Amino acid sequence: MSDVVEKTLSALPSLLSLDSNAGAGKLSSTSKLGNLIRGITELTSKHDEEKLIKKELAAIKEQVASPNTTMRQMKEIMVRAIYCEMLGYQASVSYIHAIKLAQQGSVLEKRLGYLAVSLFLNESDEFLLLLVNTVLKDLQSTNLNEVCMALTAVSQMFPKDMIPAILPIVEEKLTHPKEVIRRKAVLALYKFYLIAPNQVQHIHSKFRKALCDKDPGVMTASLHIYLQLVKESPESYKDLTVSFVTILRQVVGGKLPMDFNYHSVPAPWLQIQLLRILAYLGKEDQGTSEMMYDVLEESLRRAEMNHNITYAILYECVKSIYTVYPKAELLEKAAKCIGNFVLSPKINLKYLGLKALTYVVAQDPNLALPHQMTIIECLDHSDIIIKRATLELLFRITNAQNVTVIVEKMLEFLRQSSNDYSTVDLVGKVAELAEKYPFIKQDPLNLCNGMQPDIPNNFLRLLAEGFDSVEEDRQLRLFAVDSYVLLLQGETASLPQCFLQVISWVRTKVPIGLFPELSRYIFPSILLIFSYYIFSYYDVVLMFSFEYFGSLDTVLRQRAHELMILSQDAGLRGRVLSAEGRLEHVDSSLSFLDGHVSEALAAGAAPYKPPHQRQEELAHEKALSLEPYGLSLPVSLSTCSITDRLTDRQSPTRLSISSSVSGNSTELSLKGGSTTLKLDGVKRVWGKEGYLVQQPKEVVEETPLPPTELPSPLGSFQSPVSQTQTASPGPEPDQERQQLASSLFVGVGTHHSVCLMGRTEAAPQRFRRKPKGTGSSSGTSEHSSNSSHSSSGTAAGNTLDSTTAATGQQISQHALGHPPVNGNPIVETPGPLPPVRDGGVAAEIPTGHTDSGTLADPNEDPVPVRPRDLPLISHLPAELSGLARSKLTTLCPGPDPGLALSSCRVYKEDALVLVVFVSNNSDSTLHRVALRFTSKQLEVLFQTNTTFPIRFSENLPLTVSTGEYGKMWLSFSHDVKQNLRLITAGDQSPLTATLDTLRDRLHLHVVDIIGSEGIVACRLLRGQPCLLHCRVHADSLAVWLRSPIPEFPDSLLYHCQKALAEA
Amino acid sequence: MIKFLLMVNKQGQTRLSKYYEKVDIGKRPALEADVVKGCLSRKKEQCSFVEYKDFKLVYRQYAALFIVVGISDTENELSIYELVHNFVEVLDKYFGHVSELDIMFNLDKVHIILDEMIQNGHIVETNRNRILAPLLALDKMAEAH
Repeated sequence: MSDVVEKTLSALPSLLSLDSNAGAGKLSSTSKLGNLIRGITELTSKHDEEKLIKKELAAIKEQVASPNTTMRQMKEIMVRAIYCEMLGYQASVSYIHAIKLAQQGSVLEKRLGYLAVSLFLNESDEFLLLLVNTVLKDLQSTNLNEVCMALTAVSQMFPKDMIPAILPIVEEKLTHPKEVIRRKAVLALYKFYLIAPNQVQHIHSKFRKALCDKDPGVMTASLHIYLQLVKESPESYKDLTVSFVTILRQVVGGKLPMDFNYHSVPAPWLQIQLLRILAYLGKEDQGTSEMMYDVLEESLRRAEMNHNITYAILYECVKSIYTVYPKAELLEKAAKCIGNFVLSPKINLKYLGLKALTYVVAQDPNLALPHQMTIIECLDHSDIIIKRATLELLFRITNAQNVTVIVEKMLEFLRQSSNDYSTVDLVGKVAELAEKYPFIKQDPLNLCNGMQPDIPNNFLRLLAEGFDSVEEDRQLRLFAVDSYVLLLQGETASLPQCFLQVISWVRTKVPIGLFPELSRYIFPSILLIFSYYIFSYYDVVLMFSFEYFGSLDTVLRQRAHELMILSQDAGLRGRVLSAEGRLEHVDSSLSFLDGHVSEALAAGAAPYKPPHQRQEELAHEKALSLEPYGLSLPVSLSTCSITDRLTDRQSPTRLSISSSVSGNSTELSLKGGSTTLKLDGVKRVWGKEGYLVQQPKEVVEETPLPPTELPSPLGSFQSPVSQTQTASPGPEPDQERQQLASSLFVGVGTHHSVCLMGRTEAAPQRFRRKPKGTGSSSGTSEHSSNSSHSSSGTAAGNTLDSTTAATGQQISQHALGHPPVNGNPIVETPGPLPPVRDGGVAAEIPTGHTDSGTLADPNEDPVPVRPRDLPLISHLPAELSGLARSKLTTLCPGPDPGLALSSCRVYKEDALVLVVFVSNNSDSTLHRVALRFTSKQLEVLFQTNTTFPIRFSENLPLTVSTGEYGKMWLSFSHDVKQNLRLITAGDQSPLTATLDTLRDRLHLHVVDIIGSEGIVACRLLRGQPCLLHCRVHADSLAVWLRSPIPEFPDSLLYHCQKALAEA
Repeated sequence: MIKFLLMVNKQGQTRLSKYYEKVDIGKRPALEADVVKGCLSRKKEQCSFVEYKDFKLVYRQYAALFIVVGISDTENELSIYELVHNFVEVLDKYFGHVSELDIMFNLDKVHIILDEMIQNGHIVETNRNRILAPLLALDKMAEAH
């Protein structure tokens, strides 16, 4: 025990100088109780505690038995006994004396007797019968204190059978002049109602009287009964709605006496109670709900004080609003209110907000959308309960499109969870989802992959505990077994023994007769295991076979026989098994499972996919749905680059990638007061504190710094010109989250989607892959005049050195060409690309080829930094030289004066080309320049091609069919709506004319035009699509844009406006 | 619904326990130790609510003393969190700057106060004056004796 307590204890005698004769609240430390307490505070070990309490119990036993023990001493003994029980030691010897104390003691001792009884005894305890007479006597006492404590005792526990004995007297107390007696009588009746509802049926009218009692306390007490009654049969109490509403209005309006306030909030717990009752009454009942809308709104409005308790009320209020028959206006207000919760920095509120959101989204999943980033954040929260609440929320918004991601998240949680109950709960939910969305179930291996070491154990426990519902139980077990079988098929290398245990366990626990289909599942798996562990588990297998001989199922019987024969005949086994190579190395063809497989296929299971194929699909899926945007396209880009390379071998190498905006580029803009892209209208969809704080990713044209002086080229040494792209590492987590958000919230909020597209039928991945398939090689035939705005955000000065440590990302280093002479400068580009916000932004860079480099011989011009624009520019590849371009900008003057990086943008018709010059300004010759790119695309490109043109610019139009469009539409989460001007031209309809204009100017693909609506698609050069849905509305064109990239719709919209304005 | 209320100090020693659902005396210490472990291990900035088995714990710390309430899933956590504070305010009012020792030496009174506030796992009274009224009446009688 702490010193403080020691000190206090030693000071106690002086503080509590009175001996055992002392009045209430005072206790001598020298008394037996004082000694016990001191003993307890000094305890250091469980052993000491046991010794102390044993001693104490012995002393108590001796004392209670002594005839000389007075009631006052008995009172002290009771407290000591309470202590013993509190520490977990039964003090049964004192029970009867507690009852005696209640019977015989004076008022104070009596109270303690009752208290001890309530702490010692259970409702079912027979001792309680001995108390009935005492209660009866006290109820009739003239001493109000005695009546009071008897009622308190009754409302805590009373033998059910004895209720009739005291009921009339308790009823009588309902009219007692003292409020406290009336209140306690109501509570006693409530207790009776709880333990024996039939006994109090006849006095329901008296409950009503209590509800109308002039004392708020009595009324409050009666609400306990009504909550119960209304919960059980709301129909019977609809007539009371008005009363409850009136009461709530009065409470909210502050009509109660001041002492009912808690922190200036009027009777908060009463409000909560009333709100709960109203929720039950108004549920699915429009008429009743209408009566309470006003008061609900008032509660919502009144509870604006910044105190926890008001939030507690608000939460209850929102819950009620979302339980009763919906009223749009109110729902909206409540949702707004919840928004404050979720955004709150107070973690308790955040939790409550998430919990409330689960109710909210049950009504309308759209309402989760404004909070998606918060939800994503909460998903990664360090506090497990927040995570759990978030998963619960996600569970409620699952749909066919996001279920895979959500299940993945759940499994992730399962891997960390140590709480059995939440594991059971979550596994149950996963199973439920699997039931609901069969396609996950078809891929249980996917799930199993998630179930690394712990999960099987959890499963085992889960199975061991089972479920209350037989049906659920059966399904879950079936599911579990199913998973295991697949796991066995998938991971043939080394099977943990626990699987075997699990499976055999499942078998023994699940009676064969009950679940024949389950057995059928199990048997092949046993057979499978048998084949692996044939020697070590011989007995087990034998036992199984025997059991199955008796099975009614012929298939099982046959299998059992096979197994039996196999296990007995070693020679046969040897032949059969080794023939398939099972003993040496696992039979990967699993041919002996053919029967099972065909059975499963017939039953509608998905065909088995080999691991590599599955891996690949998984990788695709994952890359597309979860990885940051910049990393998500390596496959498509590399393929297209190869095709381009093949066709374009002889032309100057161009490395074309879409460049992107750097958060750091603002640094530059400060210096240079530069022209910015007109993106003012761009909405920060993810805006939220924390994200907004970050500098908005303004697209900034770099300050035209004086270009580095360029020495004239010399053929002798060629340096590569590399494309640099920088992105601040900052936005990347953002990206990830956004990506995650869009995959989690995909499909949420599409319920109002427009007639043009059909319902979703399939998982999203199918069409997600689509964009990269199309157009990767469509190359140059179509041109995009669209909006070549540069977004080559390059941080000045950081490219060469400071970023080296800036990102923890994978950095690949490519040495180009010759061995180094002068050290090894590294051009590095940190971070993957944030998405381009602009239509057709691409950067095309001539990489150095050995014959026409841009890095000049230093001997020619030793002047380091007095650049002239012309020389460098003159090294532009021929095909770019005639085009409009920006000024040459120094990217990184850097500490190394020898190497300069500069860039300029060239506006091609279909692309924006970012040319980066790496020039040597030093006196010495550079023989090797290493370029580092952290962008994966670049990595790929460089490895495959360092000297040839690489281009992967793609065209804007995205050719999709109406059906594909519909699916894509549903999968995109970022949308913008806007009205555009309609163009009228000749004999064409305005819609066609307008869309044609857009098609011509922006190279959008008009997918379809139906009546007054049209759908249009396009995509970025990098492949991310944007869909437009247009509808003629009066004189304007209502356009609804959707894209997986948050900024894209805004940006495209801007260009559409521009294009139409120019038309 | 409230399942139990515990007062535990930082050392994990139970100072008061009240169960509103039947739990065998023998099983209580283990449960309490488990519950306390769950709450003590948490950081200040973490949520005051913890999942424990199939129910939730709401805890609040006052100096070295923790008050932990076990509640069912349907209960409003924040209202319980404030109920705990209300309880402490009542104790404060009665004892005047209530301390761990006050509770230890007046375990019976703390129980009486609690009985006025929570019955059968439901909040039955939150008005401070009314909670204390029966106890003060008893004290008055004792003084008169």
